[in-house]
Amino acid sequence: MKILIQNGRVIDPASGRDERADLAIANGRIVTIGSVSADFEADRTIDAQGLVVAPGLVDLAARLREPGHEHEGMLESELNAAAAGGVTSLVCPPDTDPALDEPGLVEMLKFRARKLSLCRLFPLGALTRGLAGEALTEMAELTEAGCVGFSQADSPITDTLVLQRALQYASTYGYTVWLRPQDPWLGKGVAASGAVATRLGLSGVPVSAETIALHTIFELMRVTGARVHLCRLSSATGVKLLRAAKAEGLKVTADVSINSLHLTDVDIGFFNPAMRITPPLRQQADRDALRAGLADGTIDALVSDHTPVDEDMKNLPFGEAEPGATGLELLLSLALKWGEQQGLGLAAALARVTSEPVRVLGDAVGSLSSSAGRLVEGGVADVCVFDPEAQWSVTPEVLCSQGKHTPFAFEATGMALPGRVHATLVAGTVAFQAQHAQR
Amino acid sequence: MLMRRNPQLNANGELIHLLSIEGLPRAVIHQILDTAGTFLSVNDREVKKVPLLRGKSVFNLFFENSTRTRTTFEIAAKRLSADVINLDIARSSTAKGESLLDTIANLSAMHADMFVVRHSESGAPYLIAQHCAPHVHVVNAGDGRHAHPTQGLLDMYTIRHFKKDFTNLTVAIVGDIVHSRVARSDIHALSILGVPEIRAVGPKTLVPGDLREMGVRVCHDMREGVRDADVIIMLRLQNERMSGAMLPSAGEFFKHYGLTEDKLALAKPDCIVMHPGPINRGVEIDSSVADGSHSVILPQVTFGIAVRMAVMSIIAGNEA
Repeated sequence: MKILIQNGRVIDPASGRDERADLAIANGRIVTIGSVSADFEADRTIDAQGLVVAPGLVDLAARLREPGHEHEGMLESELNAAAAGGVTSLVCPPDTDPALDEPGLVEMLKFRARKLSLCRLFPLGALTRGLAGEALTEMAELTEAGCVGFSQADSPITDTLVLQRALQYASTYGYTVWLRPQDPWLGKGVAASGAVATRLGLSGVPVSAETIALHTIFELMRVTGARVHLCRLSSATGVKLLRAAKAEGLKVTADVSINSLHLTDVDIGFFNPAMRITPPLRQQADRDALRAGLADGTIDALVSDHTPVDEDMKNLPFGEAEPGATGLELLLSLALKWGEQQGLGLAAALARVTSEPVRVLGDAVGSLSSSAGRLVEGGVADVCVFDPEAQWSVTPEVLCSQGKHTPFAFEATGMALPGRVHATLVAGTVAFQAQHAQR
Repeated sequence: MLMRRNPQLNANGELIHLLSIEGLPRAVIHQILDTAGTFLSVNDREVKKVPLLRGKSVFNLFFENSTRTRTTFEIAAKRLSADVINLDIARSSTAKGESLLDTIANLSAMHADMFVVRHSESGAPYLIAQHCAPHVHVVNAGDGRHAHPTQGLLDMYTIRHFKKDFTNLTVAIVGDIVHSRVARSDIHALSILGVPEIRAVGPKTLVPGDLREMGVRVCHDMREGVRDADVIIMLRLQNERMSGAMLPSAGEFFKHYGLTEDKLALAKPDCIVMHPGPINRGVEIDSSVADGSHSVILPQVTFGIAVRMAVMSIIAGNEA
């Protein structure tokens, strides 16, 4: 299959390339960027006039709900959602049912994703068996099966000795441990501590739930030499501690979710269960610090934290509603919106969802580490073609994901989002082409 | 983000549900209190009924047990001539796995006109109000830690009855404020009605500093808290808080925060003492104070029925 993408504005954040150019693709790889010779005979041509041609997005946090929660999302629908959102690689956490703690489960997931060929799938293995925080998993076996790191998802390890040993063991092999900084005891509430939670009578999660966990993680990193990726930072103080840890030279990276980047606890309004999110939405000062931290590189990547939640599990009183929101199809738009509001160029905004997350993954993705999240001649043809000027409204009907709940629903916000995906290519094949873009 | 209209008011600013006191216009509160005043005399008549809700069905939906509150709502609805159906849902359908909204849909199909809802989760009555048929009215009879608006209103009725004016008062609320929906409703109502000093009194585990964000003065010393107060509202200390990580013992709590004669002597000479009931004698309040001349605990109960009649008759008369 040979594909020619013509007349687009090619943006490659990693190299700084931003120019009008054509893209020739053959055998799953990018053959030429620039002027394509006339004897390149394309099987398919995509007219990208007025559109941006960017690397496919890399999302470091998307739940696919398989195995175990098939009623809330299926591999096929969620990978279709990824493709519709321009996401060509995604990392899924191990909090499935059963948890991803056996190589067979990981192999099956990878196999099924490969057959669908909609998006590259990089699972995180469970750090402890059943995510119970007691016994270590077979990390080397799981890595062979395709895991790119190890995580506890949203179940923090309560026993500090187990956490230390997990970090020691992972660092023996150079594996990255993905941890969401959350104290298991202080983190039990349903909304961020503060004026809104106090007023609404919702149990609070104080900032110290995050900072105490960060101090513990950083101290154990010093002791063990482990490499850690911090998932879903939520507070201004957390950003400050991360900045200091990086300055000190600790091998740490971090991400923030689209929700924490754009929303605050005030958005809970009258107990809107769509705003029930983990970690909880915090205050304006926290949101500002997260936005600045992502802009200055303290926070490395922006993630969708995609979590499809069943209608029945969301239409409950706020504290009983299942946390989570759909996000794969919103990641590009919310990255662009953040970039525009911060006064950054398109390339800088795109870097946080393309080249930077690939840098976080590093060697764990093998040879892809030098070409995923980028547009390079000879590299893999994972491409997202989008219209940066087009606006769209988030409604349940337009979402491919089975998760329809999002704080950014047009019904709730009355706002349209910028950036509309026209086509998504994974390994040189078209995984998604918008109806309006088909000619 | 788009802020939705306060869901308890219709487009004309009239009350269609009572979900929280927060955000109610001062005039609406006074309207409820004035209406309650007219119902007080009904309660003294030989035939204690008015026909305002004749033919209407009021469903008491208690997802959490409370005999006392349910009874006062039942009496209020019956004195308005409504048909009252009591559902003790804590022990029926939800125990069989039916979802809250399915329960509501089923009861709506039985042509309910009003739901009086008690639920252990903050915000549950909002969910119900947003999903029930447009002609159905919802009264929050206590949700989690969030609100107990009819209790707040009957407390305001009591204060207005004894003190006439709100704008020169010092009101002390004492005890487990952080877990109290009564305290939150009282604080909102007192603020709206212009009370210049509202104090929240208790140890830091029960009265954390972030309560200041609700516009109250936080006092951890009981003597400072009740000094020169015009009104003291004592809150019930729930059994599960009496020993554990919140408080070491009921005895130590009573010693420092229980209302005794000597502490009451620090308040204004005409100070009134209130309590939402049921009281724990010797835990938050001494018997001699509960039964003493400053106590208005029993008038609160009487006013409570009139206030609930007022709320139900007003919202039933407004259309979504």
